[in-house]
Amino acid sequence: MAYEIIVATTMAITILFALSLNIITGFCGQVSLGHAAFYGLGAYTGAMLTKAGWPLIAALPPAAVVAGSVGFVVGLASLRVRHDFLAITTMGVAFLFVGLVRKQEWLGGEIGIAGIPAAQFGRPGLLVLSIICAALFAALAVYIKRSWMGFAFDSIANDEDTARVLGIDVPRFKLWAFVIGTSGAGIAGALYAHHVRYIGPDSFGFVESVTVLAMVIIGGVGSVWAVALAAAVLSVLPLWFQFVSDYKLLIYGLLVFGVMRFSHDGIAGAVQRLLNRRS
Amino acid sequence: MSALLSVSEVTVKFGGVVAVEDVSLDIGLGELVGVIGPNGAGKTTLMRVITGLVKPFNGTVALDGEDITNWAVDKRVRNGLALGQQIVKPLTAFTLLENVALASGCQRMASPLQALIHTKRDKELAKAREFLDMVGIKSASDAYPSEVPLGYLKCLELARALALEPRLILLDEPLAGLNQAEATKMADLISSLVNETRSILLIEHNLREVIRICPKLYVQDQGRYLDFGPTAEVMANPKVRTAYLGEAKA
Repeated sequence: MAYEIIVATTMAITILFALSLNIITGFCGQVSLGHAAFYGLGAYTGAMLTKAGWPLIAALPPAAVVAGSVGFVVGLASLRVRHDFLAITTMGVAFLFVGLVRKQEWLGGEIGIAGIPAAQFGRPGLLVLSIICAALFAALAVYIKRSWMGFAFDSIANDEDTARVLGIDVPRFKLWAFVIGTSGAGIAGALYAHHVRYIGPDSFGFVESVTVLAMVIIGGVGSVWAVALAAAVLSVLPLWFQFVSDYKLLIYGLLVFGVMRFSHDGIAGAVQRLLNRRS
Repeated sequence: MSALLSVSEVTVKFGGVVAVEDVSLDIGLGELVGVIGPNGAGKTTLMRVITGLVKPFNGTVALDGEDITNWAVDKRVRNGLALGQQIVKPLTAFTLLENVALASGCQRMASPLQALIHTKRDKELAKAREFLDMVGIKSASDAYPSEVPLGYLKCLELARALALEPRLILLDEPLAGLNQAEATKMADLISSLVNETRSILLIEHNLREVIRICPKLYVQDQGRYLDFGPTAEVMANPKVRTAYLGEAKA
């Protein structure tokens, strides 16, 4: 039973992490190759606070605020760049985060932070908390999609120059996407830190950013249910199959290639086409 | 009473090239003004200054007496300006109806927070249907831009501009790419949209239609003001004729 709880917790945290990127990349069309940095910020904030005696639940909001605040600054710096230039800028953020954390002794430097306290309510409690956080974020994402903010995000993702001449304040909407998305990653990071109970700079490197982006692409950018599904499946595959763990990047790369080649809008697009054909 | 739009002594430079030089222009409410000039006259640059897509090197732009020179494009649009672009730019992932509904709800998206708390789109969708009907493409409401011909997309551009409920619509070559019958129909439509609450500034190369529908003309050549006034008087100006036809050789 303990193993199933670990797998389910991993799944819930990864769903939250992928959905948070989906707000930035899927909804608003801003490619980010540095999302793991915000996951890491949340993880380090949560770990430091609980090590200082805070309960995990109380550490989640600060984790979201720290990640969201840095997300705001990164978003602000990214307003002048688009497409592949934005991808490279955000990739730089990922490297910057790892580079900085490595040199900070108070954050454990190269070694990282070990002995992160277990959640007071035990592993089942952490699982419930992770599921609640993922479900609440998914509900928020569905609500955003239905709101005028989602309509504005869609237009920015489609063509931001046209969105501007239709009266949409594109930079402010992009910033909101960054703040919402990075805050969500912060919460996911704090949960992750208390799930694995050890974090180091390498836990939040470029590979993690690419992995979560692959989940969003495979699910279908912009679709809440499909990204959640892709994140759920791809997060547990390495736990279930050793060869997936050994060749994770190769397999994810092949999956992304397959999606781009056969269904550029991911699982969501493929399912939609199937439904359209039947009706 | 101040003019609806007032462009004062505007100069635009791109590097060392002066695209617009010391241009002034006033437009009142309810006017349809044609902007003409040979290729490279700086007409589109002037329009881009008015919409805020290009910052002038010098000069000011005022809307209803308020200086909007430093306003961003979206703020100008929410305050009464609308732009119909030369190259149609529909949102390809949206249906024609959604394209217009988005424009119709621009005030709901004045701030992200305001956009977040509003979910209902019924009112905007109903208004969008009316605007699509007004420009004659209601039958294609549920089609995507890739499924309709250029003439429909030109009408969509117009419907989207109307949906912003502007006081001034700037149209950049809306007749380009249309055959003569379509151009005449579109010109008649543009003319019918001017009323006591709405003005149109029309940049167009199709002189025949511009002269037919515009009571007033503004002429620019090589970035400089050439003439502005009633159409018949402007077209009788020898300088305007020379700008278009060149100097007669002895």
